Amino acid sequence: MTSRDFLLLMLAMGAVTYLPRLLPLIMLSRRTLPPWFAEWLELIPVAILSALIAPTLFAHSDPRVFTIGKVELLAAIPTLLCALKTRSLAGTVVVGMLCYWGFGVLR
Amino acid sequence: MSDATGNNKTGYIAAGLSAAWPICIGYFPIGLSLGVLAQKSGLTPWQMAAMSLLVFAGGSQFIAVAMLTGSASAPAIVSTVFMVNLRHLLMSSALAVHFTGVSRRFLALFAYGITDESFAVNLTRFNLGGWDRRSALVLNYAANATWVVSSVSGVYLGQLVPPGAAGVDFALTGMFICLLVFQLRGPIFTVTALIAAACSLLAYLQLPGNTYVIVASCAAATIGLVLKRTLRKQERTS
Repeated sequence: MTSRDFLLLMLAMGAVTYLPRLLPLIMLSRRTLPPWFAEWLELIPVAILSALIAPTLFAHSDPRVFTIGKVELLAAIPTLLCALKTRSLAGTVVVGMLCYWGFGVLR
Repeated sequence: MSDATGNNKTGYIAAGLSAAWPICIGYFPIGLSLGVLAQKSGLTPWQMAAMSLLVFAGGSQFIAVAMLTGSASAPAIVSTVFMVNLRHLLMSSALAVHFTGVSRRFLALFAYGITDESFAVNLTRFNLGGWDRRSALVLNYAANATWVVSSVSGVYLGQLVPPGAAGVDFALTGMFICLLVFQLRGPIFTVTALIAAACSLLAYLQLPGNTYVIVASCAAATIGLVLKRTLRKQERTS
């Protein structure tokens, strides 16, 4: 692949990544949303976060199989407790990293 | 963290940077490993920089590098990248309420930096109140700079960095867990989170790629909304 082809490919990849990031912001920030849609959007963040976390804790990636034996899940328990108790992002991230590292070494 | 309001001229920069650090810690090892992989597939540091600057979406870049190695066609790569990054539609939509009346130029600059991580941190900050949009922009670009620097470094450093040093692999998961806790603002949010986790696992095991994020989030938010509205109706009638 030539440099020019590579750059064109990157521009195309960039465009299809950028547009879904931009269009809702432009279209939705300028109008009043119907109440049901606003309420739906309010639930989206918690749903996305939970959806992003779940496979990391409960599934192996290659091949994709369910499991409850991952170090990530073990480390998530003190991390969750720390988040609930301290409500500190910095503290929680550090506790999480230490637990993950520690549990990984112990195993 | 105390100065999240950014009252003075430079306050918003400091606020943005101090909110960005868990993202930067998390991005660094991922960016490095992307660079290592890219170097093995024959990408030059400049090509890596171009990709990280123009695309700036971690998961899809790993896939693109793998597809380039397997000499996949350009349309196949572009459409895969599009599918993988489609979930940002939802994040951009959820952020929109915090950008009413903002100039298109600002939106164009901000949209570039919407990733899973920057979205989660910015949205949490906006909900807590007093989060300056300029701080949100600084956070996006701090994350982007970390991403570009780490992925290009990866091309140079190769395998020098030991995998899994000091638990950095858990930084982003730890951050997501904490941000999830911040989002639990009532029973309906907790119920939606549990439904999303179950849907996500099911979809993860059944569907290819990372469509599970978009499928599970939409399904869980819809079920949550129906539950919420049904309960509200029952309260009214009883």
